[in-house]
Amino acid sequence: MNRVMLSALFSHWWRNPMQLFTLLAGLALGTALWSGVQAINAEARASYDTAAATLGSGRYAQITARQGSISKLDYVALRRAGWDVSPVIEGRLGPVRIVGIDPLTAPAGIGPVPLGEGFDLTAFFGTGQVFAQAETLARLPKTGVPGIVAPDVAPNTAITDIGVAQRLLGRAGQIDRLLVGPEPSLTRRPLGEVAPGLVQSPPQAGNDVARLTDSFHLNLTAFGLLSFAVGLFIVHGAIGLAFEQRRPVVRTLRALGAPLGRLIVLMATELLVLALVAGAFGVALGYGVAAALLPDVAATLRGLYGADVAGQLGFRAEWWLSGMGMALAGTAVAAAGALRSLARMPLLAGVQTRALGMAWRGVGLGRLSVGLLALAGALAVWGQGLVAGFAMLGALLIGGALALPGLLAVVLRWAGSRARGPVAQWFWADTQAQLPGRSLALMALLLAMAANVGVSTMVSSFRLTFTGFLDQRLASELYVNADDAPQARMIRTIAEAQGAVVLPILSVDHELAGMPAEIYGARDHATYRDNWRFLRSVPGAWDALARGEGVLVNEQLFRRAGLDLGAAVPVAQGVTLPVLGVYGDYGNPVGQVVVNAAVFARTFPDVVALRFGLRVDPADVAALRAALRLGATVADTAMVDQAAIKALSLAVFERTFTITTALNVLTLAVAGFAILMSLLTLAVMRLPQLAPVWALGLTRGWLAGLDLARAVVLAALTGALALPLGLALAWALLAVVNVEAFGWRLPMYVFPLDYLRLAVFALLAAGIAAAWPAWQLSRLQPVRLLGVFRHER
Amino acid sequence: MNAKVLLLLILFPMQTMAQGFAGLGTTAGDFATPSRETLLEFPADHGAHPAYRIEWWYLTANLTGQDGTPYGLQWTLFRSALAPHDGQGWDTPQLWMGHAAVTTPTQHFVAERLARGGIGQAGVAAVPFAAWIDDWSMKGVDFDHLRLTASGSDFAYDVGLVAQGPLVLHGDRGFSVKSAAGQASHYYSQPSFAVAGTLTLPEGAVSVVGTAWLDREWSSQPLAADQTGWDWFSLSFDSGEKVMGFVLRGDRDFAAATWIASDGRATALPDGAFMAVPLVHHRVAGREVPVAWRVRLPDRAVDVTVTALNPDAWMATSVPYWEGPVTIAGSHHGVGYLEMTGYDN
Repeated sequence: MNRVMLSALFSHWWRNPMQLFTLLAGLALGTALWSGVQAINAEARASYDTAAATLGSGRYAQITARQGSISKLDYVALRRAGWDVSPVIEGRLGPVRIVGIDPLTAPAGIGPVPLGEGFDLTAFFGTGQVFAQAETLARLPKTGVPGIVAPDVAPNTAITDIGVAQRLLGRAGQIDRLLVGPEPSLTRRPLGEVAPGLVQSPPQAGNDVARLTDSFHLNLTAFGLLSFAVGLFIVHGAIGLAFEQRRPVVRTLRALGAPLGRLIVLMATELLVLALVAGAFGVALGYGVAAALLPDVAATLRGLYGADVAGQLGFRAEWWLSGMGMALAGTAVAAAGALRSLARMPLLAGVQTRALGMAWRGVGLGRLSVGLLALAGALAVWGQGLVAGFAMLGALLIGGALALPGLLAVVLRWAGSRARGPVAQWFWADTQAQLPGRSLALMALLLAMAANVGVSTMVSSFRLTFTGFLDQRLASELYVNADDAPQARMIRTIAEAQGAVVLPILSVDHELAGMPAEIYGARDHATYRDNWRFLRSVPGAWDALARGEGVLVNEQLFRRAGLDLGAAVPVAQGVTLPVLGVYGDYGNPVGQVVVNAAVFARTFPDVVALRFGLRVDPADVAALRAALRLGATVADTAMVDQAAIKALSLAVFERTFTITTALNVLTLAVAGFAILMSLLTLAVMRLPQLAPVWALGLTRGWLAGLDLARAVVLAALTGALALPLGLALAWALLAVVNVEAFGWRLPMYVFPLDYLRLAVFALLAAGIAAAWPAWQLSRLQPVRLLGVFRHER
Repeated sequence: MNAKVLLLLILFPMQTMAQGFAGLGTTAGDFATPSRETLLEFPADHGAHPAYRIEWWYLTANLTGQDGTPYGLQWTLFRSALAPHDGQGWDTPQLWMGHAAVTTPTQHFVAERLARGGIGQAGVAAVPFAAWIDDWSMKGVDFDHLRLTASGSDFAYDVGLVAQGPLVLHGDRGFSVKSAAGQASHYYSQPSFAVAGTLTLPEGAVSVVGTAWLDREWSSQPLAADQTGWDWFSLSFDSGEKVMGFVLRGDRDFAAATWIASDGRATALPDGAFMAVPLVHHRVAGREVPVAWRVRLPDRAVDVTVTALNPDAWMATSVPYWEGPVTIAGSHHGVGYLEMTGYDN
């Protein structure tokens, strides 16, 4: 009997292949975007983990210099005082991160050097060998050091002996940090006694890169989830329609004696099979999306955060399973309502209850929507924590989407009441009548547009803020690092002789309010006054700073330590100064305090500046570089010019935009597809409404034109509602989620031109989606319209 | 793959590589080779010989606490060269490995250090004598008066050494043959240090006194390719006489020994004069290791049983081996040290 019932149920799909296609395609598209984003995130996280394993960050305590780098003498002194420490030097050679380690002292598991045939230790220690993935080796500039392919090394990272790394990076004798191994000598002497210039920091829970990039991945995930939600709307619509249309079949089957329970099980099984098929397609498609986007994402992460992510996609079980799981769960959610109403359907119920039911649902949805929006508002005002932030996002989006049919109905009623002439009145009335059948597709469009507005506002705001921040922080035309104090003096002398203003960058590592912090000494110079912007400040903050009467703190410290303007900050033993101002410090995980250079010199007399910002006419940068190279033997890698950094940062943002645009286009395509499908399914059902109008004299071409216009009008109305929702979404992301997650708030900017372009895209998508059904209508055989009058309904 | 393990596999390749224990059977290549004509010169030869591939400063001590508890102590510095020259900076080809241990009747504490030469982290200077790796050192104004320190994560020691007799040159004036094929090393010892100092153990500090034996050996290919390990004995009899004897296990065993009279005069004994037969095996670290031996030197009327103080004295270092204090009973009585390498699991 099962077979007979199944074939009866399946016959519906054979007769309506378009519906089957809609169901499968909607689910597959939603799953594709979700799993594509997950694949990118999983790949990136795996890369961070490999990097952490390669570098030992997170597992071992570290020792760093308060200032500059660690000398070989300090390292050996620590070893000879019983410290189980191992040196690491890091730097970039072209695009590749070079990590130099000492395999003899490195803690177990650091530096995965492959044990292959023909490994030559003499070469590793002598002329040197560089271990890296094949693609990294290909990117590595010519060094003369033989490369060895090592798949276990973190992406874009090359590992070599510390001696070789120092040579390649032009930093002879320097060490960046020491990993503190697990087995110190029983008789170890205190760090402060052996090397007073060094500080130890505990292993960090979770590594820096993963924390820094969290916001980026969060955004991608949000995007994926939204796309999936859009996909679900499509699936929900398709399943709902199919179940409605199959009511007669179900009624007949039951009348023939098929038990309801078994019928429901069979239909659920049928959906399960469809979900598995669509899920598999979706995951495969998602793999394609991820593979296409990953190089851009990798480049973005590298540029923004210095995080190295493999440019090639691995096949990971976790996102494959997550994609399939989402497809199944999504189908279950989308089908739950349909299955429930099927279970409750009276044996002899007719088809006509549909419109009434929809209307009733509309009222319920309206109430639900108001409730959700109120909840979102309440969470925005009183909510605490990241979970509340996400709950707010969810409530806002779902509430907004559910409000759409009600709001559209109000607008359409109003337009109808103002309409003059029979055709216009019919147009508005018919549009209103179609609303229940189209509302799901329109909600999908609303969500897609709101997400686009929200995310592009956030990304653009981030870009504006960040480039402004770069201007503030990179005000000097050239940045120079000195190896030691004598070289630093040479640099000053030469730079001043060349007419440059020298701004020494003085800093020490410190701990404030239980979090790691840096204290900077700033010389009183117009560079800072002109370029730095405060989030909050007391009047005359710069003058007070110049007089040494207070400090500036970054937003992270300000928020985490619960400071306020005027609050006392313990800068050092016996030196406590009030907060004069708070500045934005985007992407920095640690706290920062700026004091006047004179105060700094008094408080930390041992610290000499080894880094300098040089203010010079941009045209003279090249000459100054050359003079420093020749006169003070400063390596090229130790000089960074501001234009290069900014160009790099902007290039990174272009990449980010590529990704955002690609995701925008994909979600809009999904929404457009939803519109197309809703119109195709409505087309057949609408014949009884169209036939009388046609009979009254409106030509098929007219009717088709009106349909097209209707699609565009509805899309435009939806777009108008999507804009405030999108802006609310952007605000929530910037001002709530970001603050909860990272401790700093991004200022929000609006980009009207971007929204206009988006609106044009949305109208185009709606128009294109409506074009085919309209064209079909214009070519409809009159006999079918006539048939409406002949058939019994 | 752990880099450290990898490194040692290459530095000191295992028997599986058919190059003798710890790679000591690898051919000498460009390295200097020991020769019978080379006469040892002191104090210069207390220092390092970078032209040779492998070298060690190997001290073992039999100690007694104030309550009569016997202890063993080991301090070893190995040098292994990747190329036959010295160098300054990080890219020197000279690598160093230190092993330290303290053995009690029930416990065995081990620590290991690895370092490269050229940066000051490890090295040996002849005058004034200093051998060090990290915070471990053996140094003094001369080779007869030394202070020895080492520390692991759960033990430490700090003892003074004063030589009670002359240096002993093994083999032919310090040229010690290791196989029938002629592999050899330069080998001398200071077998009679008096020791006093402190052991720091988890239970607390322990004052100890006793005797120590320091071996110095360097070579470039001390073992033949078929030799997979050795059993090495340093025995100090209550009579004041001492014997150093070893058996190199290979296709055909090779044994050699030095008899040291109570006044310090040394006599090299030919292959076959020193005989050692395992009596009791003990399972440690997954291997069967002989921890009691019958040792005979018929020419010297020696027929003794040599028994480990603590049969679990396994050195779980990168290159693992057994090394621990022993007691002697039979025709002679006394204490000594036993080292056994190349016992496969």
